[in-house]
Amino acid sequence: MRGPALLTVETLSLEFRTRGGVVKALEDVSFDVRRGEILGVVGESGSGKSVSAFAIMDILDKNAVITKGRIAFGGVDLLADKRSALRSMRGREISMIFQSPRTALNPIRKVGRQIEDVLVRHGPVPRREAKARAIAALAKVRIPDPERRYHAYPFELSGGMCQRVMIAMALACEPMLLIADEPTTGLDVTTQAVILDLIRELVDGSNMSAILITHDLGLAGEYCDRAVVMHAGHLVEAGAMRDLLHRAAHPYSARLVAATPSEADDVMDLASIAGNLPDLAAPTLPPCRFVARCDRRVAACDTAPLPTTRLADDHIVRCWRPA
Amino acid sequence: MTALLEARGVKRVYPVRSGGKRSLLHAVAGVDLAIASGESVGIVGESGCGKSTFARLIARLIDVSAGEILFRGRSITSIPLAAFVSAKERAAIQMVFQDPTESLNPSLTVGDAIADPLRRLLNVSARAEIDARVRKILDDIGLPESLLDRYPHQLSGGQKARVGIGRAIAAEPDLLILDEPTSALDVSVQAVILKLLAELRTRRNMAYVFVSHDLNVVRLVCERVVVMYLGEIVEIAPAARLFDVALHPYTRALIAAIPDSARRGQKTSRLDGSPRSPIDPDPHVCAFYGRCPKGQPICAQSKPALRALPDGRFAACHFVDVQSERRRADGVLG
Repeated sequence: MRGPALLTVETLSLEFRTRGGVVKALEDVSFDVRRGEILGVVGESGSGKSVSAFAIMDILDKNAVITKGRIAFGGVDLLADKRSALRSMRGREISMIFQSPRTALNPIRKVGRQIEDVLVRHGPVPRREAKARAIAALAKVRIPDPERRYHAYPFELSGGMCQRVMIAMALACEPMLLIADEPTTGLDVTTQAVILDLIRELVDGSNMSAILITHDLGLAGEYCDRAVVMHAGHLVEAGAMRDLLHRAAHPYSARLVAATPSEADDVMDLASIAGNLPDLAAPTLPPCRFVARCDRRVAACDTAPLPTTRLADDHIVRCWRPA
Repeated sequence: MTALLEARGVKRVYPVRSGGKRSLLHAVAGVDLAIASGESVGIVGESGCGKSTFARLIARLIDVSAGEILFRGRSITSIPLAAFVSAKERAAIQMVFQDPTESLNPSLTVGDAIADPLRRLLNVSARAEIDARVRKILDDIGLPESLLDRYPHQLSGGQKARVGIGRAIAAEPDLLILDEPTSALDVSVQAVILKLLAELRTRRNMAYVFVSHDLNVVRLVCERVVVMYLGEIVEIAPAARLFDVALHPYTRALIAAIPDSARRGQKTSRLDGSPRSPIDPDPHVCAFYGRCPKGQPICAQSKPALRALPDGRFAACHFVDVQSERRRADGVLG
């Protein structure tokens, strides 16, 4: 079953050095993305899902420090070597789309020109061929009347159209990996379906892989092959999407599934999760960052390093008392 | 029996300039809806369908352009906005807003924010009584008294959402209008707030108008669902039946777009494109025409009215046929 890994993240730890202290945003996060799959990264705000993506893309804030770990893409260690040849890999081989596409686009440049810029920078595509390629990229994401829309400014397009432009731009250089960070937050459910169908099709139709970062387990459930669940900078569980939805082993993942409206039949059946995220700037954090909110707590949770238990070939959980 | 609130032919238009000429944008284009005491009604639709504008109209926060809104049989649209703040209906109709960070006054503590409507709308002035009532509300919304002196920036998102609800129920309303009350919250916090809202409704016998783009949430908290498209109602149905068999082609498309893990790997037909322009819409063309998979020439010549169907539902489509839809759904399910 195991396909070859395209991207490998190994024991990644990352801190933000802020005036208020050191925020331990990620600790010992390991996962991989295989060829031709969509991997979901699921969690609530503050879980570290976007930071993980920023680390892969090397677009972290200046005060972020990677203290441990390795990120390998196609066998190349992205952290060890900061040469410009590797930098251009990001953007060409790995590209990313963001939440709120309208703010991610340049408001005073025609969307077609913005796609051309990417092609010329990363292609490399000569400027005179770029226009035709940009129009083809718009057509590929099924923007109606791409020749006319090439000349549109972002404000002239709807949110869904702007996100399609972002995807067209991200895919213009035919990347191996697309990272989509909450790509449909703020869009209508109808537009969300069209955008994600499109990403799914592009993954199925080429050898591309994708990471879908989302807080919505229902959405991950429809589109992802596998997923990792994050909580307070820890990866708490990883597995096939079906296993996570129906056999979640970590107490946090299980509660998250049970709190998701699409998975419930009665409002009173919705699970709640007591307490809040721990303060990641605290001088000491327990080995398990869910311990204060957990109803399965045992003595080891506060003292021993977090174990990694393999429940099935693909299904791992980091907990002393998995279900 | 009189309805708690009744909207009759409610319209809200905004003057705009399009292509150099004066035009009207029809945000709410003629809505009739009655809400019973204690009922929970969901209003769903895509952004721009007029659901939030309609919520603000029935909350009497903005004026109608045409039509009438009755509360317990009395017209509230004839009361000028400036006078409405002291009308008895102002306390009876309260609203919970989308973003608790934006909608709370940053300079009021939790205690003051909840006491404010008590003083203004219920004319409670004795300090001891205000204090007692505020504490009772804190208990109802599940916040500890230790938060009384906190300011909004010292609260978590879920706590702020609770304060927003606490303020609204302080005035002891009969009708609570909730505009996307959980869309800014994390899933686990949303679950807690939805349960709180469900409990409060039973305990205080309030009616809810619950505006949301999230059909899964509406399915869980509403008894009846109103589907809006381009400023009009296209379908009204009991929640359970709507999600079982939707009658209007738009509702069906909307439900098909809800993410569903059971559908993984399957191809579903999706609703693409955008709604028609809400500016000076042609009164003879169905609002959904052009985007509708069932569209026929008649849809461009005569606009279908919202009509009552034998099973107590309402739909605005020339081609709705309850029997055949029922068979179709049974066939799919069986």
